[in-house]
Amino acid sequence: MQKFSAFELFKQGLSGQSGWKPQWRSPEPKAAYDAVIIGGGGHGLGAAYYLAKQHGLKNIAVLEKGWLGGGNTGRNTTIIRSNYLFDESAGLYDHAVKLWEGLSQELNYNVMFSQRGVMMLAHTVHDVQVFKRHVHANRANGVDNEWLTPEEAKAFCPPLNISDNMRYPILGAALQRRGGTARHDAVAWGYARAADSLGVDILENCEVTGIRRNAAGAVEAVETTRGLIKTPKIGVSAAGHTSVVLGMAGVRLPLESYPLQALVSEPIKPIFPCVVMSNTIHAYISQSDKGELVIGAGTDVYTSYTQRGGLHIPQHTLEAICELFPAFRRMKMLRNWGGIVDVTPDRSPIVGKTPVPGLYVNCGWGTGGFKATPGAAHTLAWTIAKDEPHPINAPFTLERFRDGFLIDEAAAAAVAH
Amino acid sequence: MLLITCPYCGPRPELEFSHGGEAHIARPEKPSELNAEDWTEYLYLRANPKGLHAERWRHIHGCARFFNALRDTTTDQFAATYKTGEARPDLKGAGA
Repeated sequence: MQKFSAFELFKQGLSGQSGWKPQWRSPEPKAAYDAVIIGGGGHGLGAAYYLAKQHGLKNIAVLEKGWLGGGNTGRNTTIIRSNYLFDESAGLYDHAVKLWEGLSQELNYNVMFSQRGVMMLAHTVHDVQVFKRHVHANRANGVDNEWLTPEEAKAFCPPLNISDNMRYPILGAALQRRGGTARHDAVAWGYARAADSLGVDILENCEVTGIRRNAAGAVEAVETTRGLIKTPKIGVSAAGHTSVVLGMAGVRLPLESYPLQALVSEPIKPIFPCVVMSNTIHAYISQSDKGELVIGAGTDVYTSYTQRGGLHIPQHTLEAICELFPAFRRMKMLRNWGGIVDVTPDRSPIVGKTPVPGLYVNCGWGTGGFKATPGAAHTLAWTIAKDEPHPINAPFTLERFRDGFLIDEAAAAAVAH
Repeated sequence: MLLITCPYCGPRPELEFSHGGEAHIARPEKPSELNAEDWTEYLYLRANPKGLHAERWRHIHGCARFFNALRDTTTDQFAATYKTGEARPDLKGAGA
């Protein structure tokens, strides 16, 4: 791997920046691998990286039906935070934040992780009570979170409208200073480059069309559009398509796939210093380093695989944005798109084993999987390598729905998040 | 926005409707005889198909009645809507 550094940049400058090599190979599929990861987004590429780096598996392939990071990795609004209510969630999401904090160094790739702070607005008495409960629960779990008055919230985010004549006035806010954003494409590319340098084969345009199981029921091969690939272990990180992929192995899941929309504005000079979220009126906003306002909307009401949705959904969000930030009322929006998110009944993910030996799944991240990318990848790799869960993902089993151990972040937040 | 044909009121915009999830999931007749696996199947496991999906809608800002629909989740186009209690239409050969 060609290591990135200031010296290397200087050296390449002497030859007109013409000496840079491709960051990963485009190999032909081998007949067999020790492990196969289905899904070439951040979660899947990261799992392959940790399998190779920490568990000594070198003969690994990542199968991606399209191009790297072209699914939800490239479609989310890049918000990173770990201020979830329950102990299990705090453990999993904060594990991810801790990995984010060292990720650029670990991968020798600038993922532009920026801990600019995530502020969640409270608009009702109920919001205030719930968020204060979150603040206390988070601090008991060692996760930073603090309560701000409306004036303190405006001092932290000057464009914010805290007047009391709004339809949903701001009564306060919960601020996680360690939260922030990262460059989503760089996360996929950084993991891909690091995994490739450890010998992982990244196979793009390689769609899985079937999963073969032996007489004992264990997985033995995947059928793909680029041929049959034998493997004793399959990890699935296929987001909205997880039901489809696991259906090939006869596994039914507690998942439904919904379109989630986002949009960006025209680029402007730096005006927005943090991330602001409002679950109550469905608005999620930050400013990218390119200058675009990155805005997240809610899910559409119906299940779909179309990667688009109704225009009334982002319109609803923009109405909320205009109320919260009157300065943005004359901004133009440049692009609007959708991603397909796999939602569980308790809005918590499933990371672990399946009833099929050799088949592991990482799914159900719903509308908030990007923030967990390193943590999900790390614990999935551990689970695949050792055939048992890491203590951090142990509560996030498929069996929790049967056994009644839901991790009900849906009830805790009252929205998908 | 989808245009949805309520079998009672005719075509109306999506905003008048709420989505009710997968259709034809009947409540168990003898709940006390179900084991944990059966309850999981009834409460949580869903087909989530990529293709034709039988689903419930409710015309909540209209007649307020539930009905069922067949919709292709790869195009969001409705193949059929039908009243609650009617069997899922067999669309084989109908070009759907």
